[in-house]
Amino acid sequence: MKKPDKQIIACMPPRPFVIKSKQRDTVDTFTLELEPKDRKPFEWAPGQFNMLYAYSMGESAISISGDPTKKGPLVHTMRAVGTVTKAIDALKVGDEIGLRGPFGTAWPMKEIEGKDVAIVTGGIGLPPLRPAIYHILANREKYGRVALLYGARTPADLMYPKEVAAWRSRFDMDVQVSVDAPAEGWSGKVGVVTKLIAPAQLAPAKTVALVCGPEIMIHFAMLTLKDNGLDSRNIYVSMERNMKCAVGLCGHCQWGPTFICKDGPVFRYDQVESFFKVREL
Amino acid sequence: MAVKGRAIQVQDKVILEAGNLQGLLGTLSRKGFNLVGPTVRDGAIVYDELSSAADLPAGYVDEQDAAIYRIKKGKSAALFGYVVGPRSWKHYLWPPQLALWSAKRDGKGIQYRKDSAKPPKYAFIGARSCELAAIAIQDRVFLEGKYVDPDYKARRDNVFIVAVNCGRAAGTCFCVSMKTGPKATSGFDVALTEILDGGHRFLAEAGTKRGADVLSAITTRKAGAEDEKAADRAVAKAKGQMGRKLDTKGIKELLYANLENPRWEEVGKRCLTCTNCTLVCPTCFCMTVEDTTDLTGEALRTRRWDSCFTLGHSYMAGGGSLRSSNKARYRQWLTHKLASWQDQFGTSGCVGCGRCITWCPAGIDITEEVAAIRSSQTPGKAKPSREGR
Repeated sequence: MKKPDKQIIACMPPRPFVIKSKQRDTVDTFTLELEPKDRKPFEWAPGQFNMLYAYSMGESAISISGDPTKKGPLVHTMRAVGTVTKAIDALKVGDEIGLRGPFGTAWPMKEIEGKDVAIVTGGIGLPPLRPAIYHILANREKYGRVALLYGARTPADLMYPKEVAAWRSRFDMDVQVSVDAPAEGWSGKVGVVTKLIAPAQLAPAKTVALVCGPEIMIHFAMLTLKDNGLDSRNIYVSMERNMKCAVGLCGHCQWGPTFICKDGPVFRYDQVESFFKVREL
Repeated sequence: MAVKGRAIQVQDKVILEAGNLQGLLGTLSRKGFNLVGPTVRDGAIVYDELSSAADLPAGYVDEQDAAIYRIKKGKSAALFGYVVGPRSWKHYLWPPQLALWSAKRDGKGIQYRKDSAKPPKYAFIGARSCELAAIAIQDRVFLEGKYVDPDYKARRDNVFIVAVNCGRAAGTCFCVSMKTGPKATSGFDVALTEILDGGHRFLAEAGTKRGADVLSAITTRKAGAEDEKAADRAVAKAKGQMGRKLDTKGIKELLYANLENPRWEEVGKRCLTCTNCTLVCPTCFCMTVEDTTDLTGEALRTRRWDSCFTLGHSYMAGGGSLRSSNKARYRQWLTHKLASWQDQFGTSGCVGCGRCITWCPAGIDITEEVAAIRSSQTPGKAKPSREGR
């Protein structure tokens, strides 16, 4: 182990941010726009996450879902599912929130230039990938064919529906959406997201897949991507675990030899492939 | 001739009479160190604050085996005749509970305050070689990565370490297997070897400049060849008494290749997931945070020890606990300690102190579990029940 040149002091209080806007996305998900009270810039990369602190309630690890190519508020989309995210959901515009970050690895936007990109995601897996989509669209000429394969349980669970519709109307992006259980008025595809992979006719030799979603979806997406000829070295996946510190010192997010907070959340699939095969690792 | 003010250099060896150990402790006290060392409490040797050498557990020895710990007063006058008790030095460098910061609302928003109180300055009296190895391992975790823990750093920077080389080993000791003892070779300011034959005395070695300065300030005499031989004999005796052994050859690969070994299921049936092994382990560093509010509305963030044996450790809101079975939790602990620790920090996470074996109420033995997995890899060999011994 080599001691890094630059070290950062951990366990410090969060940085104060103010909620500039709040928007409900689905019945239990919402998006916040945040601005730092100190107005100093906040540098981050697509795929990274922050620890958001609700006063006296605690912190939760939430990926950044805004546009990295534009200056402006920091955007976070989350599901109100635990104590902290529910407390954050109870906050209003103008309220204060604490933030530590950014943490973790990023989607390999630079490394995959020149490649076709397949974005495979389910449910609330889209928000952590949205910054990568923004980056690609802002640098469209640097990438080959781009496909977004997106699945959700029901039409009401689809994230950012207007934005997805706008992407769908573009000629330089192939957007396929599927739901497991259709509702009245749904005229799109029905079935799990992995069913969208074969029809997308990815060119295995020049395609890189970016994958994020529930772990069971990731598992089947990987099998299908490999069935369709993709090499594990050309697949990237974003993972999620319980995190307390986000700096590799609390031990909670260990997955095999990795700390998801600092070695991930974005991993190249070949480096973690064997861990998926072990239950309760 | 015993004199005060001898000019002692790093690596010099001198003799400190047992009756004058207080000279060393008193000097450290006067230099502003809080003395922490072995005391007798609740039928165990517990590291705690010492007021003088009179608090040391004179004559006590310990008997240790899987799920067994007893202390008794033996015939010898040894001050450090016990081996290691349940508490390790991490208690003082990485306290079980620590306030991290507080927050309060005022008219302008939330004001955060980091407690800037300086942590106490400790002198550890009687750290064993395996424990120095454990401190070096925690240094890698908290000081040598990208992120540094400021409280650990402040405590670590200040600590003065008086090591004691072991003259006895317990039934659960396996430092020889882990190459961490029984003789301290680095990481101390002063190292003592307690000698009983030919007069109760300590061979004292200065490991650092400040260790040499402290030894220079007290009454000592030059160590003779006979003294050094007697000290070597004491350490050799401990070395020959190791109660356990652990074959570390290719252990990382062995464990990675055996994540689905049926042995995990078996040990999972015996494991009570009580967390004792992680609390007594001198290297385990998992922690969690607690956010509380007092009656004035002030929010406080506290860090406290956590354990991979709890369900909360792998709990994800909306998803439940990832490691819900005992088997998965024991496997996480053992493979982290002996295998993935190497990938993460470049060393083993185990120093062979044996605490996890002694303090496991079910008598689960890390050396036995590794041996069982190893033997399951060798066709034709019967499954051992006590292979680790």
